Amino acid sequence: MSIDPEKMHDIRPVLEIRSSTFFVPVLVLYSNDLAVIEQRLQQRLSQAPDFFRNSPVVFDLHELNNNNDEIDVVRLVELIRNAGLFPIGIRGGNDFQNKRASSLFIPVDATQSSQGIAAETPKAAAPIPKPQPIVKEAVAYNAATLITQPVRSGQRIYVSGDLIILTQVSAGAEIMAEGNIHVYNTLRGRALAGVQGNTDARIFCFDLQAELISIAGDYKTSEDLKETVPKKPVQIYLQNHALIIKELV
Amino acid sequence: MARIIVVTSGKGGVGKTTTSAAIAMGLAKRGHKTVVIDFDVGLRNLDLIMGCERRVVYDFVNVINGEANLNQALIRDKNCNLLYILPASQTRDKDALNLEGVGRVLEELAKDFKYIVCDSPAGIEKGAHLAMYYADDAFVVTNPEVSSVRDSDRMLGIMASKSRRAELAMEPIKEYLLLTRYDPNRVESGEMLSLDDVQEILSLHLLGVIPESKSVLNASNSGIPVILDEKSDAGQAYADIVARYLGEKRPHRFIENKKGFLRKLFGGK
Repeated sequence: MSIDPEKMHDIRPVLEIRSSTFFVPVLVLYSNDLAVIEQRLQQRLSQAPDFFRNSPVVFDLHELNNNNDEIDVVRLVELIRNAGLFPIGIRGGNDFQNKRASSLFIPVDATQSSQGIAAETPKAAAPIPKPQPIVKEAVAYNAATLITQPVRSGQRIYVSGDLIILTQVSAGAEIMAEGNIHVYNTLRGRALAGVQGNTDARIFCFDLQAELISIAGDYKTSEDLKETVPKKPVQIYLQNHALIIKELV
Repeated sequence: MARIIVVTSGKGGVGKTTTSAAIAMGLAKRGHKTVVIDFDVGLRNLDLIMGCERRVVYDFVNVINGEANLNQALIRDKNCNLLYILPASQTRDKDALNLEGVGRVLEELAKDFKYIVCDSPAGIEKGAHLAMYYADDAFVVTNPEVSSVRDSDRMLGIMASKSRRAELAMEPIKEYLLLTRYDPNRVESGEMLSLDDVQEILSLHLLGVIPESKSVLNASNSGIPVILDEKSDAGQAYADIVARYLGEKRPHRFIENKKGFLRKLFGGK
């Protein structure tokens, strides 16, 4: 999470960086056929939907690259996200694939990219993200995604940049962006901006009737939104860990 | 080119089968060779509504499994010789259907028929998915109450992402709203969502409003699609819907409260 330097307290420590080890599932791919991958992935996930829901995952392209099977990393990432997982790392990718992954904010595990990988050793912990080189590149690719079809109940959208929606977002839908969210219509579902911790992200909408709004993890549910005036364009932003809802004039 | 219509809703008991029977009959009556397929394997109802339950020998699952050919399973309607029914199996469940099998049957039917009406089961599971997967048009049947509207919205989302047209990035399924069991009296008294309330959430092309009517139950019980009851309000509403679907312009009826209008006229409250 990034913290505004102006708001730093003088005495108490604001942050520290600790080293930590995580266990994360690794998705090892043996086929480059996206349709087949999607089908098998859905099959596997449906066996334990609660366990895998929103689970981080590292995808491993080592086997594919051994066989010179090319795969579109951008589409693969989209596929994994659509399956309800959060890709947090790539390993075994070639230079081009690593570059594409970086552009999607996906850290590259360089330690594994060239040599063989022992299949699923428990010690192969998730790579600790090495943000510096990636962030630089990512900013340039931080494009907005435009949605023109209604976002219906049960649909989920996740984008790495800004999200612009021209249509209504129904109750029971979930829209997530690492950047800002703009809804030029009625927002009835859940909207989560700055999901990777960007506290500067904002939500803009024409008519706020949301079930939940969240910026960088701080949220309000519809219970807390009762007082807001419907049918008025508003913006929502974060100030000292509190969500501020303000009418747009 | 045959047009595949799915009649769907998500929620159960909103009038999918009644609508499928009425629409199919309406299209056939206007001279289009039409087949209506019951996708509700295990809870077969369409044959009852169409009054052909005594003539079911082979069914949809038999055709998919290659145990019977289409001509053996198709039942010609007794009221209209351009209308055929492909009944569901009552002894099997939805797992008896599969994507390839359904695709094969639809392809074969498309050679012979102008319209293929797929009566979807309730829910969003396999049966409903298969019913909508190959569709060109979707008739979304919704009751004016919140849970039905929410379920329709969910179904629309699934059609937008999991249909054949979505997967092949073709032109999306054309979605139409059919608001059934509408009672202007209860809308006026606030017991029921109004057409505007429903449209605010779904914002679909409205094909028609079918009023709550005794004639629907009577028609179901006697096995005659309600559209053949030309005197009834529901029958007329379905006839309007078929006409609008075929491109005719007809004003919407059954939305306003006629009694309310009279009351207003006489100054009563």
